[in-house]
Amino acid sequence: MKALLEAERLVVRRDGHTVLEVPHLAVQRGEVLAAVGPNGAGKTTFFMAAARLLPYQGKLLFDGDRVETLGAIAYRRRLALVMQEPLLFDTSVYRNVDMGLRFRGLPREAVKVRVARWLSRLEIEHLAARSARKISGGEAQRVSLARAFVLEPELLLLDEPFSGLDNATRRRLLGDLRAILLETRTTAIFITHNLNEAIRIASHLAVFLEGRVCQVGTVTEVLDRPATPQIAAFLGTVGAAQMTSG
Amino acid sequence: MPEVFQVTSLSLQVSAAATAISLLIGLPLGTSLALGRFPGRSLLLSIVNTGMGLPPVVVGLAVAITLWRSGPLGDLHLIYTPAAIVIAQVIIAAPIVTGLTAAALQALDPRFRLQLYGLGASRAQMTWYLWREARLPLLAALMAGFGGVISEVGASMMVGGNIRFQTRVLTTAIVLETSKGNFDIAIALGLLLLIITFLVNLALTRIQQRGRS
Repeated sequence: MKALLEAERLVVRRDGHTVLEVPHLAVQRGEVLAAVGPNGAGKTTFFMAAARLLPYQGKLLFDGDRVETLGAIAYRRRLALVMQEPLLFDTSVYRNVDMGLRFRGLPREAVKVRVARWLSRLEIEHLAARSARKISGGEAQRVSLARAFVLEPELLLLDEPFSGLDNATRRRLLGDLRAILLETRTTAIFITHNLNEAIRIASHLAVFLEGRVCQVGTVTEVLDRPATPQIAAFLGTVGAAQMTSG
Repeated sequence: MPEVFQVTSLSLQVSAAATAISLLIGLPLGTSLALGRFPGRSLLLSIVNTGMGLPPVVVGLAVAITLWRSGPLGDLHLIYTPAAIVIAQVIIAAPIVTGLTAAALQALDPRFRLQLYGLGASRAQMTWYLWREARLPLLAALMAGFGGVISEVGASMMVGGNIRFQTRVLTTAIVLETSKGNFDIAIALGLLLLIITFLVNLALTRIQQRGRS
């Protein structure tokens, strides 16, 4: 089966050093893959490369086509990104959510319908007219999620979207995100250093260690059969620490 | 009285034209200096920053030499015309608008750019939304540019010649009346200049603050 996103021998260099190496990674349509690893393991670099926001070497295929042949803007318009910080613009919540649709030149009426649906789905319709600078962190991340889902992307990339939030808000948002992903069958790559989050949301795991993707597989495969002692140590340590903390 | 209207109107026309042209030059140039990565960028930025403090008399001298009848652009017969004043004022205001535009955009979180690209923005859409995001300091840049040219006297005097009904503007008229000992007229013109500058800045500030969420 043709993967939606496939990276092969993908390498990102910075100042002459290799900062990311992906021997092989494939995400099938409808799959949610969690990229886990400690801080500095190259997860965000992978996120940026997958969105064509930084240069890379090697092969990156989207739905079977080389990403470079698709044109940067056309390619990015098939994706949606949610970053660690919501990075909302200094305008209303509504205008933040409809921004990507306006970039795509959708008719005003279609934009209205889609924005209303997603504001309601993320329970933020009451904030529509409010300034995006005057809402809480949890609300802001909901806006950021609405801004991504409203685009109905083929692939959703999320980079530690809940790491800056308190535990209760994080758990609620994670539950909502999980439900929406199941409901819409959106293909997603969820980057996190929190193994609990990864297990709750994903069907597959990719373990990043020291700038390299070391193992990719279903959650059960990776947890039951870590490919190396380092992966086992990471999963064991992180798992144990996070199980106890929350 | 009609002469005061004429002088005031010319002051406004010349400075508004110079500010508008400076905006047309400064906004794209400042944007590419802030967002672009090309060889010589920091040198160009240093030149622009130096240009922000150009003494108007030095600009006046350079423009006068260039537009003088025997100068390189003498054939255009622009010396002692309002166009000459506009040229000199553009040289004064364009670096101010450019430098402050670059500073305004560089002060934005660089991740906004990535976020806009991530939302599928083209380069033009990305630039437009960054301008929107930096609209408060960008309007401040516009006000600084306008303030720099409406109040300068050295360049207007040297390239305009302070010719009655032709190139006399408020600042050069104030200098003339003061030199003639007509302090009451000079003070009245000075107050008028202050009021006009205040009103223009009030209007721009209104626009600026209305954009605040």
